[in-house]
Amino acid sequence: MSENIILAQETDGAGVPRVPYGSWLEDAFDWLTSTFSAVVDGADAALSTVSGGLADLLAGPDALVLALIFVLVGWLLRDWKMALLAIPLMVFIISADQWENAMETLALVAVAAVVALIIGIPLGVLAAKNSMVSNAVRPVMDLMQTMPALVWLIPAMAMFGLGMAAGIFATVIFALPPGVRLTELAIRQVDQEVVEAGHAFGSTPWQILMRIQLPLATKTIMAGVNQVIMLALSMAVFGGFVGAGGLGNEVSRAINTLDLGLGLEAGLCVVMLAIYLDRVTASIGSGGSLAGRLLRTKGMGFRKATGLASA
Amino acid sequence: MTSSTAEPAVSVRNVYKAFGKRPQEIVRRVKEGTDRSDLKSLGTAAVIDASFDIPPGEIFVVMGLSGSGKSTLIRTLNGLQPPTDGVVEIMGQDITAASPAELRAIRREHLAMVFQHFALLPHRTVAQNAAYALEVRGESKEAQRQRAEEALAMVGLDGWGDHRPDELSGGMRQRVGLARALAADTDIMLMDEAFSALDPLIRRDMQTQLLELQKDLGKTIIFITHDLNEAIRLGDRIAMMKDGRIVQQGTAYDLVTQPADDYVARFVEEIDPASIPAPGGAA
Repeated sequence: MSENIILAQETDGAGVPRVPYGSWLEDAFDWLTSTFSAVVDGADAALSTVSGGLADLLAGPDALVLALIFVLVGWLLRDWKMALLAIPLMVFIISADQWENAMETLALVAVAAVVALIIGIPLGVLAAKNSMVSNAVRPVMDLMQTMPALVWLIPAMAMFGLGMAAGIFATVIFALPPGVRLTELAIRQVDQEVVEAGHAFGSTPWQILMRIQLPLATKTIMAGVNQVIMLALSMAVFGGFVGAGGLGNEVSRAINTLDLGLGLEAGLCVVMLAIYLDRVTASIGSGGSLAGRLLRTKGMGFRKATGLASA
Repeated sequence: MTSSTAEPAVSVRNVYKAFGKRPQEIVRRVKEGTDRSDLKSLGTAAVIDASFDIPPGEIFVVMGLSGSGKSTLIRTLNGLQPPTDGVVEIMGQDITAASPAELRAIRREHLAMVFQHFALLPHRTVAQNAAYALEVRGESKEAQRQRAEEALAMVGLDGWGDHRPDELSGGMRQRVGLARALAADTDIMLMDEAFSALDPLIRRDMQTQLLELQKDLGKTIIFITHDLNEAIRLGDRIAMMKDGRIVQQGTAYDLVTQPADDYVARFVEEIDPASIPAPGGAA
């Protein structure tokens, strides 16, 4: 450590010594990763296995079969217009011969987004319920969002080496903040009088959360989910620099070889994926989807069973 | 029904509620005689030295203009706004000394509430809203369904259970709010400006309906309003609040015939004492 500190070094400010923040942070990082090496190894194994498995699963069926499934999912989660829109998106990716890469990127995005949401939504709920948590979380989120995204690839690679786990780690960090922020906002925005009514009838904090706050916050939380997925997609491409695979690898190869055609092809495939994921996930909270309508009809049956239809 | 017991359903002893960074400090200064307007920089003394007992089965109206502290006062009764100082007893249990779990149990068992802006759950049906208190208590689905149905019938909403609150008019929504409180089947009902958001005609209908229901139910009702006519019509007794203090409490007849100060006198000057039945037994 001491050899890194060169006290005499000059800075542009007269008399202001050079402070070796970098090596300090590096030492801290080394200490963290070596102390928690078991956690890092466990996370590495889990992330690699899950994302690898998912990528294999998506690579399994013929591209057309899978594309058809995506089209149907678009119809189910939104409407026939979404399905119609999905067709050219899928066809473009297949015809650019980037299907397998796109599926690898999709697997990475899916795993990273799920991890980010598993961490982000409960953290957002905690932050909404406790202002100390909120005050502690906010600067961390600011740091995660404002640090140049590519910088996150360095600790990711130091911890996990080259590969998908490193890409997922950096992607989770980059995509997490809107999940936390919008969940906190969503819970705080719930009509206070309705929450008060819950308390007035003797609800426990858990009942208030599950029966009042979360149902009424769903729309805004889903906006957060959408944001998390979109950020995950944009970061997942940078994952190519740490060998996370997928379209990102193509992009970084194109940059290294100055291959404009390949770069644009891979980039456009990312755009196609983005359009698809954005439109599909943006509709989940709105309730206008076919799936939403099906759920509501089912809910209606439930209401008839427990409600007063017979009165 | 249980009016033979001497014990009050609600007992409020020297309750203060202050908002701000140091509420205790505000209460201390107010007790020392500092005027609340001189404490603005520290915060707000919303309720100052409120004391009253409400016997079971009485409708007790707290009347005052906005900012008089009446909504805060009613929230001290079920601990939504815990008093800064003083004691609130609900059916003999001191809620200011209760743990969070005990407070929830007291709320479930004894206290229902009706809100000014209804506070219904928009994602649930009318029946599910009416059953909310029972659901929180963990009663069976069948019991929930039955009691919600009964409560909705009581307020004239039979057949509406399957609708969503946003499909209902304001008056009907507040009937759901009332049904939710009735279904809870508590001894005490807190009504915070429950009819204030309604049109005058509907408001009158709701008052009539509440009085009708009260004949059978004999609940202890604390009713907050800024409308003197509503207070006189509903209240067995009325507490008049001004700037956080209860300036007078008594029957409508007392207030109209013997106003405690100029403020009350100005309030009631339009009311013809002959229009109010002189109380028979109550003093």
